[in-house]
Amino acid sequence: MTTNATDATQNLPSSHFYVREHHPEQGTLLGFWLYLMSDCLLFAGLFATYAVLSNSYAGGPSGADIFDLPLVALNTSFLLLSSITYGFAMLQMQLKRVNGTLLWLAVTGLLGAAFIGLELYEFAHLLSEGYGPQRSAFLTAFFALVGTHGLHVSFGIIWLVVLMVQVKRFGLTAENGRRLMCLSMFWHFLDVVWIGVFTFVYLMGVL
Amino acid sequence: MSFPRLRYGLALLPLTLLGGCGMVVMDPSGDIASQQADLIIVSTLLMLIVIVPVIFLTFYFAWRYRKNNKTAAYHPEWDHSTKLELVIWGVPLLIIIALGLITWISTHKLDPYRPLDRIDADRPLAADHEPLNVQVVSLDWKWLFIYPEQGVASVNELVTPVDVPIRFHITSASIMNSFYIPALAGQIYSMPGMQTTLNAVINEPGEYQGFSANYSGAGFSDMRFKYHGVSDDKFDAWVQKTKEQGGTLNRPEYLQLAQPSSATPITYYSTVAPDLYHAILNRCVAEGEMCMDQMMMMGKGESASAQNMNSDDMARKHKNGQDRE
Amino acid sequence: MQDETDLTSLIFGRLSLESIPYHEPILVVTFIIAALAGLGVLGFITYKQFWGTLWRDWITSIDHKKIGIMYIILAFIMLLRGFSDALMMRAQQAMAFAGSEGFLPPEHYDQLFTVHGVIMIFFVAMPMIVGIMNFVVPLQLGTRDVAFPFLNNFSFWMTAAGAGLTMVSLFVGEFGKTGWLAFPPLSGIQGSPGVGVDYYIWSLQIAGVGTLLSGINFMVTIIKNRAPGMTLMKMPIFTWTALCTNILIVAAFPILTVVLAMLSMDRMLGTHFFTNDMGGNMMMYVNLIWIWGHPEVYILILPAFGVFSEVVATFSGKRLFGYTSMVYATIVITVLSYLVWLHHFFTMGAGASVNAFFGITTMIISIPTGAKLFNWLFTMYRGRIRFELPMMWTVSFMVTFTIGGMTGVLLAVPPADFVLHNSLFLVAHFHNVIIGGVLFGMFAAINYWFPKAFGYKLDDYWGKWSFWLWTIGFYAAFMPLYVLGLMGVTRRMNHFDDSSLQIWFVIAAIGALLILGGIVASIIQFVVSYRRRDELRDHTGDIWNGRTLEWSTSSPPPQYNFAFTPVVYDNDSWTDMKKHGYERPRDGFLPIHMPKNTAAGFVLAMLSAACGFGLVWHMWPLVGVSFVALVVGFIIHTFNYNRDYHIPAEDVTRIENERSQQLDRYA
Repeated sequence: MTTNATDATQNLPSSHFYVREHHPEQGTLLGFWLYLMSDCLLFAGLFATYAVLSNSYAGGPSGADIFDLPLVALNTSFLLLSSITYGFAMLQMQLKRVNGTLLWLAVTGLLGAAFIGLELYEFAHLLSEGYGPQRSAFLTAFFALVGTHGLHVSFGIIWLVVLMVQVKRFGLTAENGRRLMCLSMFWHFLDVVWIGVFTFVYLMGVL
Repeated sequence: MSFPRLRYGLALLPLTLLGGCGMVVMDPSGDIASQQADLIIVSTLLMLIVIVPVIFLTFYFAWRYRKNNKTAAYHPEWDHSTKLELVIWGVPLLIIIALGLITWISTHKLDPYRPLDRIDADRPLAADHEPLNVQVVSLDWKWLFIYPEQGVASVNELVTPVDVPIRFHITSASIMNSFYIPALAGQIYSMPGMQTTLNAVINEPGEYQGFSANYSGAGFSDMRFKYHGVSDDKFDAWVQKTKEQGGTLNRPEYLQLAQPSSATPITYYSTVAPDLYHAILNRCVAEGEMCMDQMMMMGKGESASAQNMNSDDMARKHKNGQDRE
Repeated sequence: MQDETDLTSLIFGRLSLESIPYHEPILVVTFIIAALAGLGVLGFITYKQFWGTLWRDWITSIDHKKIGIMYIILAFIMLLRGFSDALMMRAQQAMAFAGSEGFLPPEHYDQLFTVHGVIMIFFVAMPMIVGIMNFVVPLQLGTRDVAFPFLNNFSFWMTAAGAGLTMVSLFVGEFGKTGWLAFPPLSGIQGSPGVGVDYYIWSLQIAGVGTLLSGINFMVTIIKNRAPGMTLMKMPIFTWTALCTNILIVAAFPILTVVLAMLSMDRMLGTHFFTNDMGGNMMMYVNLIWIWGHPEVYILILPAFGVFSEVVATFSGKRLFGYTSMVYATIVITVLSYLVWLHHFFTMGAGASVNAFFGITTMIISIPTGAKLFNWLFTMYRGRIRFELPMMWTVSFMVTFTIGGMTGVLLAVPPADFVLHNSLFLVAHFHNVIIGGVLFGMFAAINYWFPKAFGYKLDDYWGKWSFWLWTIGFYAAFMPLYVLGLMGVTRRMNHFDDSSLQIWFVIAAIGALLILGGIVASIIQFVVSYRRRDELRDHTGDIWNGRTLEWSTSSPPPQYNFAFTPVVYDNDSWTDMKKHGYERPRDGFLPIHMPKNTAAGFVLAMLSAACGFGLVWHMWPLVGVSFVALVVGFIIHTFNYNRDYHIPAEDVTRIENERSQQLDRYA
């Protein structure tokens, strides 16, 4: 019996009925993509709820009253930039450069943290004015949609830090490559959702 | 298999019992309800065109092609027939097209919001007829009926004249219920802060059951009322009696009534505050509450801070936890 | 003193000794029986020194076959609980007439109908279908396991954790009293201030995560892990229905997650999604929950349809009639199931055009469903039918489900629905299709694949008792409900005034007792079959002369399913292989790459359950600690890159040779 499995396959023909060696294709990326689509539906539910409740001010403030567009523009640019920097990280990964990958991941994480920081500042300000999610259905839907997106970004940042540690420790293995691809999809997906948010919530809320 | 016939018979059971056995849904006293009952029969018959052959063939094929019956043909590779597929998809399609047309037409005709165009099959109604308006409020766990034109109200008893079109305006105090009198017409939900409408007419005098058809909490099983269809004279007499005997239904009495209670006895009110129903519908019966229709008219740009009067109301409501329902 | 009470309320939230229902005799007796039975089981496991095996071979197993079996065991246990609820309801409704209050306090009855629905749908029907799909799909695809075996284990334990949390509500606190979909405002914080709705929300959120991940897992498995040559149109029909079911799961469960999250925010944070005031809209909840709810019932029925397709073809000794048309019918049903949700609330007053649209789309679904029924009929036509138990269940299904489907189309006509909505007619309809469709399908599946899973057939005699008691019992229990609905009786009543109705409820209660007999008979069937297993042994692995790949393996299959991956040329691949003179490989076996067992799924699920319990009782330290532990635990798990191993070629050779010898003896 040879010790090398592949030698055995090369010498013996497969029969009509079976193959001796069969490895199913890697399903991780498809699986993660399907998870993202389910997440998309989760956001769709939040968007639909926002659409239904967006005019229910209950005598309280409307979007025009509370949205700070310059702040949101800054926020948006941080997030969009962070997608670009993640792209750079992936390019470094293709070139098998661990340090380059880690550098651009770090920049992405910082930009993401800046996004969350600004968002928390916006929320804190609204809460201090008494315009929290308990004030009206409109505010409830606003905080739920934007807050859920923010929670996703926050978990993305935690994931990013963990991945940075794993890439540093174990290198750019095939498994880590897959994980970086998954986080990449996640990150860009959150970007797309944010574009939906600032269009339908912030921009249209102010018009 | 000794049970096939029994199961076959059971399948037809609903039909065989259609005429009697106190099945009010199939033998109602209101025109809308009787049109709905006809619809049930027509739909069932249409579907039986497919159902009967399917059930028959199931038993027949199971019997004929059982393993021990060597006389039956055995074609293990036969798995396709375009002609058969055309029938299999086509016949149900035709039936559904028929049923779909019936559905479209009848759903529009029997729309609860649609004003009646007939008293019964023989007597049409003028398009500009004036229905009897009744306002219905579902409370925990009883029904309040307000007659705005007569200026009276009652709890757990509804009385209307026969052959007179009625328009029910329905809302709820707190929990979603469903206003249903099977002998009269179909049901419709009662929801807080919203109004639904039901147009119906009763064609035979009698005493009928009314109840909530949507579970709403502890007192649900007792949330039943009596509905009397009576002649015009009897109706006037009932209104008169209520005016003489009943109490007052202003806001304080209403708030007392709205406290949870079940198996509430029939109560009459001789006077009703004229804006009470509007207040109930817009959720501003209690002192200091802002009516929802006013609130909704405050559009964009008119925030609470811009309207001092309103922000006090809102703050008070918020502080009192009245917004947490 | 003050510090002590503050500390107690911090740790225990709103949990206190009063939360334990000492004063409810029924619950106390139930607890004693459950505790004794539980201690008995634990004692038995200890006595047999089974703990090690239990942990190593079952709890930490990532083998789809074991996970499938565990799902079905969970479903059976929960069936006993859900059915006890049903018996109590039937008894109460048969007794409580004209002044008599029955034997159940009203607040107990109101929990019963809520928890009965929740348990039956989420913890009986769902685990059964997921369990069957788990066991069968990889075998039918000719592959070794699902795409994500660890995730599979985690999914199971999350479902079990959700079930556990619901069971705990029986003895600690209470369950919701809102009906199984918990509509606000009744389920809001003012309508239901207690812990019941919170137990409901968190049990379903936890179980929902498990189900969603399972949906993703199976979609990827079916898309990526098929044997060479198995194009989509050469897949067994059961895997087609499994694929469509899992698409529905991935597309529908996020909506459940989001709507329950919104309800929990209303209850815990005072937000205004569904409140009566401050702009909330309860109609939004009804829409969202049914946008999930309708696909959910198709999730339940599609696998059953798949089972019936397999069973009819196998036991008629014939190819399935109209395979292509069956596939398209399944796809059409899947897509259409998203376009009908409003038919659950025609009476909410959406207006005639909206109602008519949804009524018509609902009716359109009956066309592909009818096509499937005809295709099964024409599979039987000119076949040679063997009435083994799976086939008996199938024939009963065909008649029963047809009646249920008919009443469904009837309810789809909005004006007809206005008089039948929420009546006992509706209750009869959905039990008709779920019992006649899903449950009968699962019994057919269990009788069909049990020999494959355990190596011996199920006893026929007790199986037949179970079959007849279930079938007759079902009709006796639910046909009266159709009549009662037409008599204007509404659902969820705990007592009645009109004594003329009582006879129908008594007949229904007798039907429920017959069904109890059916359940007892199937328990006896399992016990007797185990005792007689040597007589009932499946020696060849192909006890029914099957048509698909799972029947090419031994019974039970080896851990790795297939030593060599089969190549597929046609539908009914195993029949095709047998026809072309298939010969087993006798040598040249290679080491097989397999995933390792893991405790992570179990641990993470138990942490989730603890977190859920804390959320219910407002035990914030517990919530914080368990949530952090969950995140940290998951991160630690991702640092484990060493998740697989190889089964040595010698072991594979030994196992395969044993099988060859057995086949030589018995073929």
